[in-house]
Amino acid sequence: MTDLLQPRAIGQDLVRRDGEAKVRGTATYAYETPVEHPAFAHPVTATIARGRVTAMDTAAAEALDGVLAVLTPFNAERLASTEDAEYAVLQGQDVGFRGQLIGVVVAETSELAREVADGIAVRYDEQPHDSELSADRPDLYAPAQVNAGHETDTAEGDVAAAMASAEVTLERTYSTAMYHNNPLEPHATTGLWDPAGDGFLTLWDSTQGVHPDRAAVCQVFGLQQEQVRVVCPYVGGGFGSKGLPHANVMLTALAARAVPGRPVKLALTRQQMFFLAGYRTPTIQRMQLAADSRGRLSAIAIDVVEQTSRIKEFAEQTGVPTRMMYASPNRRTTHRLAALDVPIPSWMRAPGECPGMFGPEVAMDELAEELGIDPVELRVRNEPEVDPETGKPWSSRNLVRCLREGAERFGWSGRRAHRDGDWLVGTGVASSVYPTMRQATSTANVRFEDGRYVAEIGAADLGTGAWTILPQITADALGVDVADVDVRIGDTRYPTASVAGGSSGTNTWGSALVVAAREFRTKFGADPRDGDEASGDVDQAAQDDTHSPYAFGAQFVEARVNADTGEIRVPRLLGVFGVGRVINPRTARSQLIGGMTMGLSMALHETSAWDPRIGQVANHDLAEYHITVNADVGEIEAHWIDEHDPYVNAMGSKGIGEIGIVGTAAAVVNAVHAATGVRVRHLPVTLDKLLPALD
Amino acid sequence: MDAEITLQVDGEARRLTVDTRTSLLDALRERLGNTSPKKGCDHGQCGACTILLDGERALSCLALAVAHDGAEVTTADGLAPAGELHPVQQAFLEQDAFQCGYCTPGQVCSAVGVIDEFERGWPSHVTEDLTGRPEMTHDEVAERMSGNLCRCAAYVNITPAVQQAGGAR
Repeated sequence: MTDLLQPRAIGQDLVRRDGEAKVRGTATYAYETPVEHPAFAHPVTATIARGRVTAMDTAAAEALDGVLAVLTPFNAERLASTEDAEYAVLQGQDVGFRGQLIGVVVAETSELAREVADGIAVRYDEQPHDSELSADRPDLYAPAQVNAGHETDTAEGDVAAAMASAEVTLERTYSTAMYHNNPLEPHATTGLWDPAGDGFLTLWDSTQGVHPDRAAVCQVFGLQQEQVRVVCPYVGGGFGSKGLPHANVMLTALAARAVPGRPVKLALTRQQMFFLAGYRTPTIQRMQLAADSRGRLSAIAIDVVEQTSRIKEFAEQTGVPTRMMYASPNRRTTHRLAALDVPIPSWMRAPGECPGMFGPEVAMDELAEELGIDPVELRVRNEPEVDPETGKPWSSRNLVRCLREGAERFGWSGRRAHRDGDWLVGTGVASSVYPTMRQATSTANVRFEDGRYVAEIGAADLGTGAWTILPQITADALGVDVADVDVRIGDTRYPTASVAGGSSGTNTWGSALVVAAREFRTKFGADPRDGDEASGDVDQAAQDDTHSPYAFGAQFVEARVNADTGEIRVPRLLGVFGVGRVINPRTARSQLIGGMTMGLSMALHETSAWDPRIGQVANHDLAEYHITVNADVGEIEAHWIDEHDPYVNAMGSKGIGEIGIVGTAAAVVNAVHAATGVRVRHLPVTLDKLLPALD
Repeated sequence: MDAEITLQVDGEARRLTVDTRTSLLDALRERLGNTSPKKGCDHGQCGACTILLDGERALSCLALAVAHDGAEVTTADGLAPAGELHPVQQAFLEQDAFQCGYCTPGQVCSAVGVIDEFERGWPSHVTEDLTGRPEMTHDEVAERMSGNLCRCAAYVNITPAVQQAGGAR
């Protein structure tokens, strides 16, 4: 049990502290950092999918007035570490995927940099490439582990035997598409290498973690931590793609070091982001379910096939939620990868859980249909008493309450697929889940300064609300009014903070702030003097390892399909979540509806259409990579139950950035099936998949 | 090739030299240091660069600066004096109609333009009755705001914010 804070500021509906700057546009994002006399950089990218750069003709470019530097694999500085192939920018002539960085031009203006970069003639020794994922490739392999350190495969009992003897079985293959994070702010950096000044490499970078960003740069360039400063007060969205630095950060640092003393600005174009900024791998999910006639599962299994890049492995943990979601004595999960000549996949909102709750939650709906059991009821009947994977008791698990309350709010019991004029109407449900994580490293300072309390931590606010909620947590830990607390984040000059990822930011940074605030009170009492300061580490915060901590939720969808055209509309999407204590209902609701809307986007709109002939995403811009727009959205409601979890952390909070996107796409598919009778097992749900079955 | 132009930016006359290839967006951001309009795609696909150009909403990444010599440009930062907020900005704040904030100045300028278009009686794709005055309904606002992408997906807060600022029911 942790020593839970008495909530006073926590739970208050406070307007964002960074709101005014954002509605005026005066909040400065990385590229916008006001610096003296900046230069502009533009990348050169490979136009083959596999092979070798044999020559680059840069003489004419270098001679042009206004061109400051042209870096290529043939002249760029040698990096201290080339261990990570993604970060070993311009260190070799090999091309591992189309769009890979092979050069950079630094010039007086952005127009000139771009013109010159695009005009450099490159000669290649092109080799055949292989970039098409399929479940029957002979070269699929089992990675040593999957993302976040999970085991690659798990097995308990005998799934095959259970499948052979069960009253009802279901075997289906589902697939999710390739998705690109596409934060609205492109990946961008302003860099300054100032050997004559403070000796710093300063990077104003768009990142979900200034400290992890710095650590990567230090390793690649062989610099000491004291020599690199990373600053990022605002992040224009990330959704995981800015969780780890990508090659563009290293390229900017290279460019800055080529023009010492001169700040350099580099932003990837939207098109380049489809090659260089990470993405979610497509997944192929073979599901097996076995059940008795009352719907009690006797087996659940998922075998996942997905892709990685040949030059760097990333293994999405898609099978992980199947390990713990429902009770079943026999269970199996496996992950197999194809290493292809493709860009490097990475984190995208709820890696693992988001794609990994698609197949299982559609399969549960198919099983419910087969059994003639209400899909809500089927899930309730398979509620596990303890975590099936670890055997530990739950820190709190309120999936059933979420399902029941959601059903009540949505009007689920009165549901009936029907026709309304030209529209076929149906409803669907799916469960959501996300682990409650706290990172091992984070430190915070609390100081008394000019009559105010100041909290410092190198945290990031990607729109999540950190600027607003960290003062709420600090205020309650100090026992003062939230208006008396300032927070400073987004700079490596503040104490080390973990990445804003895995929905762990608030849990981690908040825990460190609570330790620091309590230490402050212990040291200085209730009447501190100016300059009094205390620090706290998250590793000093109470940690419970005896319970299994997860957030749960249930999402309900009404889908309408036009009987003539197959057009799909979702007028209603409702979620109920058990996410522990909510720090700020305003920012929490925005995160949940944001996740749910991105889930709707995954269900109906998003797909990176891979062209295996040339090895690239064909629709690599925002005109053709469709994301949900305003007119696609009807009513979206996010609710949460009053949940008290004494085991997770001092705030009692579980993390809310990702759970909203988990399960949504399955709920949409299930609703579309109820409306039309068509079961779409391969995302996205588009009208061409429905039309053949409509009269 | 360079050209010298004058722009009225947020009420202030600014004389500047631009490459004839320079977009209005880059002229504002890289030449004048006004980074209120954002670059999300540079292709007119996302709406983050929306400004008011001679009073109407426009995508500044699709406008060449040299073609707008003498134009009046209003960015989100110019909608209200420092320390104050335009009713649209106030409504965005109250409705939490943004998260990361990157698309927000474009959304705000677009909303100001949309409200003006309603006042002038302009119909949209979803207007049923082209003879009457369009109502500021959810569907009308959502349709008109759909050129402004929000990846954080604050749409369900953006539409009420626009309605609130526009004084709609």
